[in-house]
Amino acid sequence: MPVQYPTGIIAEHNWTRSQAGLFDVSHMGQAFLVGHSHDATARALEKLVPGDIRGLALGRMRYTELTTEDGGILDDLMVTRSVSPTDDGSLGLIVNASRKTADYDWIRRNLPAGISLMPVENRALFALQGPKAAEVMRRHCPAAVSFDFMSATSAEFDGVDCAVSRSGYTGEDGFEISVSARKVNELVSSLLAEPEVKPIGLGARDSLRLEAGLCLYGHDIDETTSPVEADLAWSIGKRRRLEGGYPGASRIAKELSHGPSRRRIGLKPEGRAPAREGTVVSDASGKAIGKITSGGFGPTVNGPIAMGYVESRFAAPGTPVSLTVRAAIVPARVCELPFVPHNYKR
Amino acid sequence: MAARYSKEHEWVSVEGDVATIGITDHAQNQLGDVVFVELPPPGKKLSKGEAAAVVESVKAASEVYAPVSGEVVDINKELEGDPALVNREAEAGAWFLKVRLADRGELDDLMDKSAYDAFVAGK
Repeated sequence: MPVQYPTGIIAEHNWTRSQAGLFDVSHMGQAFLVGHSHDATARALEKLVPGDIRGLALGRMRYTELTTEDGGILDDLMVTRSVSPTDDGSLGLIVNASRKTADYDWIRRNLPAGISLMPVENRALFALQGPKAAEVMRRHCPAAVSFDFMSATSAEFDGVDCAVSRSGYTGEDGFEISVSARKVNELVSSLLAEPEVKPIGLGARDSLRLEAGLCLYGHDIDETTSPVEADLAWSIGKRRRLEGGYPGASRIAKELSHGPSRRRIGLKPEGRAPAREGTVVSDASGKAIGKITSGGFGPTVNGPIAMGYVESRFAAPGTPVSLTVRAAIVPARVCELPFVPHNYKR
Repeated sequence: MAARYSKEHEWVSVEGDVATIGITDHAQNQLGDVVFVELPPPGKKLSKGEAAAVVESVKAASEVYAPVSGEVVDINKELEGDPALVNREAEAGAWFLKVRLADRGELDDLMDKSAYDAFVAGK
């Protein structure tokens, strides 16, 4: 996947927000966790993540985190329960490319007897994202269009067997399609032949997910940030909050009840200068209170935007802060995430 | 005088003792969509090789180095409201700054158009 195609990041970004963008995300890790029943497999995974996996319905997917013993984040991932009762006991996992090896080692080391991890090789993964994505999919894969965001099914795309989910990481409605590497060319050619579809690179993927307030592993979340600090508490199941039973549960429970010492927030710098990752965030007196973990230019916002961590007492939307951008002090305000409203089909 | 070029992808065009400085079309192409340009205050004395301006694309921030020494006598205020002009007219309307040359001899260290084209092609 290139950083950009010839039209450039802003044009690609705007195309995805208004039409449909096709992202080749085959670098991400696809795997199955397999056991004899949904309950057995889900219990095994729940030992490693704070998400409610046992409660996942057939054909539904959930965002969760692999946590460390200290309550940090080893990786964030998508977990999908197959729609077909005959496949039950199998959970699909999508993990970050940079964390694949570490994740698989960690999961394998912690699996009970009878549950195995099977990385998927020779399958590509594409994301079709944007308000026209459903219209395009209706022409090739009508079965995929009937269900809501965070649902998945097996379906034929122009007669080719695929695993399709209604999901993505741009804040737009869209689909993710897993297909055998042997059938990639046919699928990509027929999608790119649609007038609404253009290929989109990593640069726009980053500006789209930043506007959508979504975390990028290794930047906004890592082994030092807890899911509560990262404002991902919504992904921790109600039952899991009470029961615990995952790595780092004691820190996370404490942060859920007493609040974390720092929190991930959105920031809007005044003026036009982007504030990049690593920029120090200060209070009115000039004391450092945090730093930016993702920052740049938001094409839909049409201005600079950033995410970062600040001490919790500065995390309320509207709080004025200062950013040190090169030699200058740039005023900024804490703001609600996302910067651009999500456009998911629910 | 025909424009001269630096290895850091700036162009310099001289009229009298004033040099107009910008970034090359090759440079804007590498940067991608330009979203912000920071220029030095007029009156600032720049030494050759010193960071003179900052150009930010969606991807990253890059410094623009003074290809010649001199005092800043003018800056292109149009870039403030329309930074994308750098993508459209890098080697014309989207000049960055003008300096009063401190040492004309420094111009000899710069490349002419054909040498710069060869430099870019050889990268």
